[in-house]
Amino acid sequence: MSARTTLRALPTLLRVAFAEAVAYRAEMLIWVLSTTMPLVNMVLWIAVARDAPVGRFTEADFVGYFLATFAVRQLATSWAAWLINWEVKQGTLAMRLMRPISPLWAYGMESVANFPLRLVVAVPVILLSVALVGAKAVPQHAWQWGFFVLALVGGWAIAFLANVAIGALCFFLESSERVLEVWLVLFFVCSGYMYPVELLPPTLRTLIDWLPFRYQIGLPVEMLTGAFGWEESVRLLLAQWAWVAGLGAVAAVVWTQGVKRFAAFGG
Amino acid sequence: MISVRGLRKHYKVHKRPPGLKAALRSLVHRSYTTVKAVDGISFDIRPGERVGFLGPNGAGKTTTLKVLSGLLHPSEGEVSVDGHVPQKREEAFLKKIMLVMGQKQQLLWDLPPAETFELNRAIYDVPQAQYKKTMSDLIELLEIGDLIGKPTRQLSLGERMKCELAAALIHQPRVLFLDEPTIGLDVAMQATMRTFIKEYNEKYGATLILTSHYMDDVAALCPRVIVIDKGLLSYDGGLDALVQRVRPEKRVVLRLSEEVDASRLGPLGRVVTHEPGRAVLQVQQEAVNATITRALSTLPVMDLTVENAPLEEVMSELFAESKARRAEASEPVPA
Repeated sequence: MSARTTLRALPTLLRVAFAEAVAYRAEMLIWVLSTTMPLVNMVLWIAVARDAPVGRFTEADFVGYFLATFAVRQLATSWAAWLINWEVKQGTLAMRLMRPISPLWAYGMESVANFPLRLVVAVPVILLSVALVGAKAVPQHAWQWGFFVLALVGGWAIAFLANVAIGALCFFLESSERVLEVWLVLFFVCSGYMYPVELLPPTLRTLIDWLPFRYQIGLPVEMLTGAFGWEESVRLLLAQWAWVAGLGAVAAVVWTQGVKRFAAFGG
Repeated sequence: MISVRGLRKHYKVHKRPPGLKAALRSLVHRSYTTVKAVDGISFDIRPGERVGFLGPNGAGKTTTLKVLSGLLHPSEGEVSVDGHVPQKREEAFLKKIMLVMGQKQQLLWDLPPAETFELNRAIYDVPQAQYKKTMSDLIELLEIGDLIGKPTRQLSLGERMKCELAAALIHQPRVLFLDEPTIGLDVAMQATMRTFIKEYNEKYGATLILTSHYMDDVAALCPRVIVIDKGLLSYDGGLDALVQRVRPEKRVVLRLSEEVDASRLGPLGRVVTHEPGRAVLQVQQEAVNATITRALSTLPVMDLTVENAPLEEVMSELFAESKARRAEASEPVPA
């Protein structure tokens, strides 16, 4: 579909996807309950830091970090891989492929359309963080807010594009849900979701800096909690968006080649 | 409009016997078999034609439709639809066609059909004025005015199918692929759908390709049929000519004012059914006049009609013939 026609269709795609998100609001709230791991980790790390700070993290810093992690997790997420697997297995992808717009736009809009409902959960958590930790729980300067938003969008893009690439592997494998599970395990360990990555030894930290996971969650959280100065922020944002570009290219290739193998089973 | 030359679609399918042993063996040694869903078919379809694809389950009808609509890439052969190569899935091509599958839906399940209509308007870039006019026509013809505001999940199957058809026609496709569009619908709803589809074809000059197991759909909509069996094209021509070829005999249907003994019917032709007040005889075409004359003079006939054999019977006879021919061809030649 031409860029102009796609751009004209996107607001309607987004509006209809939002109507769907509202219809599934109860399901979304249940999903929120399944993402409370940062709150559990917060309690554990507060206990660890009771007697002395861990690295630069005091008890208050851990509260700020994990509440920010919980809030970012609500937004920088995608479930496109499950959806693609389901639609390929059931053959229902055929109906999406008949339309003159890539199904990837629809998957993307369906994810973005959930933002308003997810903000209803995320914003109060950030306000709670400010109440508990003070002003340092959020950026102090306008540029930090700008970088945070950029990092958050980048985090969502990494989650979405990785989901598309993994989901599209099901055109080649019978199912790619196990691949997604491996990705999620690495995500939990390497993203800063369970602990701040800066607490890791330098060698491991270097390794994690070269992987995409920390740029999905850890970086937006660090941007929200003002962990970096201008220069370090720019360096990390460039690394994050390099991953967005790389994953975008991989997702496009796997999807395009995969669709050629689509067997459209089931009627 | 549509040109198909030597179309083949073969699938490589993993095959293993049931059981744990076979499952474990398949971990190290996977065996594959090639399924020839479509195995070298050629045909042309003119603009505005209504063509029925017929064939038993697994014959290759739906596969052919999916290749024509660009969903599947052919293994071999050339396919052209209104000047486009379907598998390239160009925007201009996708805006000209629509595939309606009776067993798949595009309506958003938890939202009213009106939302899907609006979504399709945006995706197909239909101007607002044209959209309003088309919707107004579709709502009137399909009588869906009361339905489009209800969540799709609360609609009956027939109501949903009418809304599916409306959603498919918002951009006024020039080629309409219909795969079992009346499956599961009651008789009245099937008739409504057939009437609507025929009207759409006549009003917009759209080319229509239909697959259906309901022979009434085919008889009502398709002057031409293409019979596909085991991936091969076994007939392409008029429906009447097909019936004449496979089952040239006629059916003489008699309504009788009183019960008659079977022995009085036997001499007239082969008795297909015989029940109180009604009998159906099968006779050679050239003997129809003589049979009618004799029936009127020897039986208490109230009413009489002459019909072709039901299409279902014609088709099952055709498929049985093909199966027998295949079996004969695969038999080993005696030494």
